[in-house]
Amino acid sequence: MTSRRGFMGTAAAAIGGVMLAPGIQLIEVARAAAPSAGANPQVRWGMLIDTNQCEPGCNDCVTACNTENGLAADTRPTAAQWIRKVEIKEIKTGRQASVPVMCQHCAEPPCVDVCPTGASFKRADGIVLVDRHSCIGCRYCVMACPYKARSFVHEPLTDQKADVPRGKGCVESCTLCVHRIDQGDKTTACAEACTKAGHHAIIFGDLNDPDSEIARRVRELRTTQLRADLRLDPGVRYQGL
Amino acid sequence: MRLAATLLLAAVCGASAAPVLPAVEPARAGTQCVEDPALMRRQHMNFLKHQRDETVHGGIRGAKHSLKDCVACHASAKTGSVAAAPTDFCVSCHSYAAVAVDCFECHAGKPATAVAGVKP
Repeated sequence: MTSRRGFMGTAAAAIGGVMLAPGIQLIEVARAAAPSAGANPQVRWGMLIDTNQCEPGCNDCVTACNTENGLAADTRPTAAQWIRKVEIKEIKTGRQASVPVMCQHCAEPPCVDVCPTGASFKRADGIVLVDRHSCIGCRYCVMACPYKARSFVHEPLTDQKADVPRGKGCVESCTLCVHRIDQGDKTTACAEACTKAGHHAIIFGDLNDPDSEIARRVRELRTTQLRADLRLDPGVRYQGL
Repeated sequence: MRLAATLLLAAVCGASAAPVLPAVEPARAGTQCVEDPALMRRQHMNFLKHQRDETVHGGIRGAKHSLKDCVACHASAKTGSVAAAPTDFCVSCHSYAAVAVDCFECHAGKPATAVAGVKP
């Protein structure tokens, strides 16, 4: 026997399924499934960069980052730069390597320590971000970051990406493609581009998940943290430096 | 621009006592607002501010009061944006109320997919 409430629910569902004519029900149905779960504190997102695989001269990760986040391909010193290729050379041996450097998403981020407004913060899943709503553009974080990962937007912007709001007067840096991660994507634009180019030098994943590729490799191989002496515990690790 | 609008307003007010309301462009046909329009007029800023913190800090995306969803339904048929021209949805009312709308200095005023009838 069906209760009255149960019957009403069934009836409403039937109507919802049938009466799609004005489009109202369609929206309600789409909305019901919408909100994402949010940052998971069990997760620590990170990247492993294999400098042996990274091709000198290849700039695909930088280009992909610019395209994904709506950064202009601008080479002026004041232009925003979320990821850059650094070419290093050991003087004595002449050994060269190409290293992509971006925000290292530290567990103990100095940018967060110095931020006077709380705009610079670390999410529960280890991603270090700038809340542009509270950023006053003082650039203390730019000074504090030992990786020079942060950029300041000096000029008004137009045609930003819908998922990546950016604007004049705020500091910004690599977000680990947070808009993709939140929607369940398992890779970043740079890692995707690197894989597509066939280099497989950037691996993105959850450092806390022992079964993930990144955790396995960090466990099995000798990896380096940039400026490990600062004990910031970065989420980005390098192999073959 | 604002001076012109004020003068126009004064001229129209002089002609009749009824308040002059801004001409607000209707939302895309066949769409339904997430809240009652009267409530939205009063409270949209609070809804947006509440949700923005949950999104930026908590990573919860696609919840009910999303600016992206506002833009998806309210982008102008002519300019494709909610804030590009003085007649666009957000700007028309905000200039009437003399409240600066800073959202679109950073946020995109155009839907992610410009195709009509498709939600980004």
